[in-house]
Amino acid sequence: MVITPEDWSAIRLTLTLAFVVTAVLLLAGTPIAWWLANSKSRWRGPVSALITLPLVLPPTVLGFYLLVAMGSGGPVGHLTQALGLGLLPFHFSGLVVASVLYSMPFVVQPIRNAFEASGKRPLEVASCLHARPLDAFFSVALPLARPGLMVGAILGFAHTLGEFGVVLMIGGNIPGETQVLSIQIYNHVEALEYTQAHWLAGSLLVISFVVLMVVYLYDPKRRVF
Amino acid sequence: MIRAQFDLALTNFVLRARMEVPARGVTALFGPSGCGKTTLLRCIAGLEPRARGYLQIESETWQDDAQRIFLPTFRRLLGFVFQEPSLFEHLDVRGNLEFGYVRTPAAQRKITWERTVELLDIGPLLHRMPGRLSGGERQRVAIARAVLAGPRLLLMDEPLAALDAQRKREILPFLERLQQELSIPVLYVSHQVDEVTQLVDYLVLIRAGEVVASGPLVQILARVDLPTAQDEEAGVVIEAQAVAHETRHHLLRLEFPGGQLYVPSEKIALGQRVRLRIQARDVSLALSEHHDSSILNRFPATIVELAQAANAANVMVRLDVGGTALLARVTHRSLEQLQVQVGSKVWAQVKSVALTS
Repeated sequence: MVITPEDWSAIRLTLTLAFVVTAVLLLAGTPIAWWLANSKSRWRGPVSALITLPLVLPPTVLGFYLLVAMGSGGPVGHLTQALGLGLLPFHFSGLVVASVLYSMPFVVQPIRNAFEASGKRPLEVASCLHARPLDAFFSVALPLARPGLMVGAILGFAHTLGEFGVVLMIGGNIPGETQVLSIQIYNHVEALEYTQAHWLAGSLLVISFVVLMVVYLYDPKRRVF
Repeated sequence: MIRAQFDLALTNFVLRARMEVPARGVTALFGPSGCGKTTLLRCIAGLEPRARGYLQIESETWQDDAQRIFLPTFRRLLGFVFQEPSLFEHLDVRGNLEFGYVRTPAAQRKITWERTVELLDIGPLLHRMPGRLSGGERQRVAIARAVLAGPRLLLMDEPLAALDAQRKREILPFLERLQQELSIPVLYVSHQVDEVTQLVDYLVLIRAGEVVASGPLVQILARVDLPTAQDEEAGVVIEAQAVAHETRHHLLRLEFPGGQLYVPSEKIALGQRVRLRIQARDVSLALSEHHDSSILNRFPATIVELAQAANAANVMVRLDVGGTALLARVTHRSLEQLQVQVGSKVWAQVKSVALTS
């Protein structure tokens, strides 16, 4: 077997990271998407731009600022130290925070589109049928946005799997803590271990392809999920 | 009584609606597209939070901005049937019906589940998804869903507008049955007189965001000073009773306060009350009774009021036929030739009468 225990550890870590990040993003991204889809606030534009930034910024730029902010001299670093959490960089929790920000647009955008596509009418109907706003959100808006939620979750998961730059900046290369799959592949290539690099890179390629294919084959009417 | 008063600035006009209508039967909010009737309905439902005003349904105040009373939509006991059926696409028909039903306390329900399903003939559809229903079926489900939420007031925004003539005829009997069975007042938005004559008891005319007139349907349609009289299809609705079937000529004889008239045979029980629609363009005037005419329905009448019609050549004439009002649209030239004016006795010849129910 060419996959070493270190490789397995990287795979495990990557999957854990992707699951945690997807869960956090669904919980945090859905209200944000809702607000962006429905708010008339003048902050809507700036917030949209901020959330979409990771799409256009080099990961190293985002990673650099996060490193500074979360480091011992940064505002976030002060806060986490004051709270007794220590410093986030070079820890798994730091990776989660960075990945959540980095994958945010991939999750928020499809959910926002889904909310915008179903419009206000279903919620008006729900309120005419005595559903309170929160009730209407969970019993009507959320189920109607299910295709968007599915696509958002899958894209967020897949995007986190393939992360490299931000992780390298903020987490480094600590086995079992921050050494994710993409970084392990880099390590193998650096050490000229092409066979092992092939195994990991190939698996990541196949997994990513399958995940994206599922997104494109997903047809809400046929209820694949 | 239902008392409503709303002010709302919209992009192209200001809604300034004041109305007071009976809290029973069907009241039509009637006006051309874009006159604000749908917006008024949405204000009544509490769906226009910027609208300031007042709304009282019998003894309950739903909104009074002067006293900072505003019942949110989910607390207003109303049913809203939108122009497009707006079913929840993620729920089957049963799920759609149950949505409001389970959120309505049992004591407030107006009609049983079984009776609603039966009245609107929904039984065979219960397990279908909305995407697999026809337009008429969807609207029936939407109506049932609204009724099952225990409304004290039903709001209908042109529920038939999206349907073709065939489907309209399919739905109308359901609406009538529902109306007979339930004593829920209905506010029905429409822009077509003929769609509403069958159902409606009370009419509120809306133009450019304001209520220009309101009153019993029969009275409003008989007025020559209202925009309804300017309509190409202006005309009155009269109520009559079936008195005899003249089988040899396939005619039905009906009696109304001003006399008797004939319509082509219909399957109607003797004694039944029906509504007839007589359009102004089908009524002509003569100075004497023309026994030599092919026109069957002729009545002695008195000219009560004259008004300019939409077309410069024409006059709207309001006639009194033994207490029943008729409208006739004739040319100025004809009036001159007949040498008639308000108070003149004439004969009204009615070329066509349509039974509406």
